[in-house]
Amino acid sequence: MPLLEVKGLQVEFRTHDAAVRAVNGVSFTLEEGETLGIVGESGSGKSQSVLAMLGLLASNGRATGEALYRGENLIGMPARALNRIRGNRLSMIFQDPMSSLNPYLTIERQMTEVLELHKNLTRREAKKRAIAMLEAVRIPEAAHRIGQYPHELSGGMRQRVMIAMALLCEPEVLFADEPTTALDVTVQAQVLQLLRDLQRDFGTSIVLITHDLGVVAGLCEKVMVMYGGRVMEQCDAATLFAKPSHPYTIGLLRALPRLDQQGGELAGIPGNPPNMAHPPAGCPFHERCADATAECAEREPALETVRTSGTHATHWLRACHRPVDAMTTRYQESSHV
Amino acid sequence: MWSYTLRRVLLTLPTLLIVVTVCYLLLHATPGGPFDGERKVSAEVLANLQAKYHLGEPLWKQYLLYLDGLLHGDLGASFRYADWSVNELVLRALPVSLAIGGVSMALAIVIGVLLGVAAALRRNSIADYALMLVSNAGNAFPSFVIGPVLILVFAIALKWLPAGGWDDFDPRYMALPVALLVMINVATVGRVTRASLIEVMNTPYIRTARAKGLAMHTIVLRHALKPTLIPVVSVIGPLAIQSITAAVVTESVFSLPGIGKLIVNGAANRDYTLVLGLVVLVTVVAVLLNLLVDLAYAWLDPKIRY
Amino acid sequence: MKSASLSATLEQAVAGRSPWQDARVRFLRNKAAVVSLALLAIITLACIAGPWLLPNQFDSADWNAMSVPPTFAHWHLFGTDETGRDLFVRCLIGGRVSLMIGALATLTSVTLGIVWGAVAGFIGGRVDNAMMRFVDMMYAIPYLLIAILMVTLLGREFYLVVLTITVFSWMDMARVVRGQTLAIRSKEYVEAARAIGVPTRRIIVRHVVPNLLGIVAIYTTVTVPGVILTESVLSFLGLGVQEPMTSWGVLIQDGVGVMESAPWILLFPAALLSITLYCINFVGDGLRDALDPKDR
Repeated sequence: MPLLEVKGLQVEFRTHDAAVRAVNGVSFTLEEGETLGIVGESGSGKSQSVLAMLGLLASNGRATGEALYRGENLIGMPARALNRIRGNRLSMIFQDPMSSLNPYLTIERQMTEVLELHKNLTRREAKKRAIAMLEAVRIPEAAHRIGQYPHELSGGMRQRVMIAMALLCEPEVLFADEPTTALDVTVQAQVLQLLRDLQRDFGTSIVLITHDLGVVAGLCEKVMVMYGGRVMEQCDAATLFAKPSHPYTIGLLRALPRLDQQGGELAGIPGNPPNMAHPPAGCPFHERCADATAECAEREPALETVRTSGTHATHWLRACHRPVDAMTTRYQESSHV
Repeated sequence: MWSYTLRRVLLTLPTLLIVVTVCYLLLHATPGGPFDGERKVSAEVLANLQAKYHLGEPLWKQYLLYLDGLLHGDLGASFRYADWSVNELVLRALPVSLAIGGVSMALAIVIGVLLGVAAALRRNSIADYALMLVSNAGNAFPSFVIGPVLILVFAIALKWLPAGGWDDFDPRYMALPVALLVMINVATVGRVTRASLIEVMNTPYIRTARAKGLAMHTIVLRHALKPTLIPVVSVIGPLAIQSITAAVVTESVFSLPGIGKLIVNGAANRDYTLVLGLVVLVTVVAVLLNLLVDLAYAWLDPKIRY
Repeated sequence: MKSASLSATLEQAVAGRSPWQDARVRFLRNKAAVVSLALLAIITLACIAGPWLLPNQFDSADWNAMSVPPTFAHWHLFGTDETGRDLFVRCLIGGRVSLMIGALATLTSVTLGIVWGAVAGFIGGRVDNAMMRFVDMMYAIPYLLIAILMVTLLGREFYLVVLTITVFSWMDMARVVRGQTLAIRSKEYVEAARAIGVPTRRIIVRHVVPNLLGIVAIYTTVTVPGVILTESVLSFLGLGVQEPMTSWGVLIQDGVGVMESAPWILLFPAALLSITLYCINFVGDGLRDALDPKDR
């Protein structure tokens, strides 16, 4: 049985004006030790999907569907049961480490409470374990740093503290919501390397949410591309980068500036993200898609399997009316000089 | 931390000095005032004034001598009553005001915070509506309206409590005045606590706390309470100052022999020096209170401390 | 391809409304605010025109009708006080004084506050620092005491009462105007205007003033109840306007004295004062919501 199995997840927010459907039917699986990257623009629903799974939606949000962790549905789970799982078997780190750590509590307090709660350690034992974890994430002078407040650390160090805090109970899955977006590029590389090493050492599965394809390429085995609250394409990373078959994925890859090509203009994807309060009919991407047909505007394409491959029999899933090969060929033609 | 304290204290001194000076000069500028030769006063009072205020000397010297007297705790002499010095009148009235003010402030803070937390955690519940109701009533209706209404209801109609007066810290005489002051202040404390907690519960770091699987009561007590209370503390300073104003009205309404009543009577009697002395005293206390609150605020927030 | 998509996007854009129209619509949607505004208008009109229309005089004592409860006879709708003076007319006359002092003192404090704040915000630097320190100082002083002192020493003439109230009511406006001026001054469009050489006076008129109007309107409605309250407190303590003038505070004080035997003498002016304050608060809240809906 897969570690995590999401089926038809939907998230809706009730606002004054209308109901906003931020996530409109997301499905994926995660195996043990796997790294999944969820890619999409702002507003594609990638963060809300994960927040919904961990019961962290804002008070006006409602999630429906299934998110099965070892067979138990996280959606709608009562808080008491959920509290035994989050921070313990499923952990999450967030985008901005400065605002995600409590500025009024020491690092020690914020770390030890996790161990005291989930592993029933005493304060002293917890402190020892926390210091060890801080050293594992390569924080210098860990024993001294642990007594400090978050604002006394640099951005990169804070993010490492967050990672350490999330791994204290040796969770099975680590969800990382844009963990490097708020950091400098050099620090980004260090944090990603850290995640890679930790995954190797602890065997944790990682779900990495990002809008940066470079980050995905460096860390993830499996990639899921989201747009307008839905999954567009999902396959292993190698295939995605070599033979993308969805117009949106193609657009994303084409938009990456290439150092090995001279001149030409930067290719963007024309148009604007959809208004999730009044989502367009049919495929959410059709208004910006160069290959859209009449069918695309009417009927929502289902997420279908293209092929199966890879170590865990990874499915290559895709939601588009246009044929796979035509799209793949188109990409390969345009990307070679 | 200590340099911050020192800086704040140093900033407070000019305030005090200016207030005292302005009051003093106002006193001198008043036509028909105590230092105007034409004012008719009894011989004993005049003798007292001459002695206390050194009326024969040039103005600047009078002023400095007055300041010197203040620093030694001498608030001056009454303009009306030859027998009493301001200090003696204050010593009799101060305990009354302090008792009423202290008890109501403490109660208002405790009740206000509890109500505010309850209201923030359970929006649109009974606690929320109760708080909004009291808040609006306490704010919109002036204290000298609520006070008499309280007397009408509890003293005249129901006859549970006395309508006013004072009997040596007897709680029955303290009940209504304290209730009035608590009503007025609970509103502010509750509102600020509620708004503050709502804001704190929406921060990213509380989301992290939830993601760690902490129970709600742990999150509120350990993670949210301190940042919530910081704005509340900053409100207590101005609230205490406003309470002094409210105390004056309260003491009038309930006929309590406190400092406020003393000031109002003094004003009605045109006992200038008494009013001056009392105003100086209360202002000094108020400014010092403010200073204390500022320091507490800095102590609570680790970002300022270091 | 790019220009085609751009114009398509522009066409799709929804037609907007000017912020003032937006604000007006939002205000009118706020039922509490609208009702309050109407009530205020009624009360003001009654206070101004009422005494001329009613047969009773506010200072004519009628020894045959002392302490009469409210009745329709002789137009004594609110009853009479201990000397037989009609309470209804007295309430309206008192309202005239309370509202007039309220309006005058608001006008002076608001003006003082705006000038103080705008100067401090615009000049900036040490001048700003000093001016704002002064404001902080004023906040630290318990105003009622100084007000009592001033009234004791200077007297209770009408204009002196207004002056006393003004001295302690301008600080909120000054602080807020200074903050807004500072914010506007450093906004990009002001920098841009400066950069292309627009004269300072034009900048003030074109950019600073319109952005101040909103916050000035809001804080004026915050100042008014405070001013009316201060006057009422002073009058209640016997330190406000002098005989024969009366105000709601004075009437309330009279009422407290005879609470046990003739409660209506207390309740009617108290109710009028409270309703007026309540209404002003609601209108102020409505304005605040209308002009800045995010700020709940």
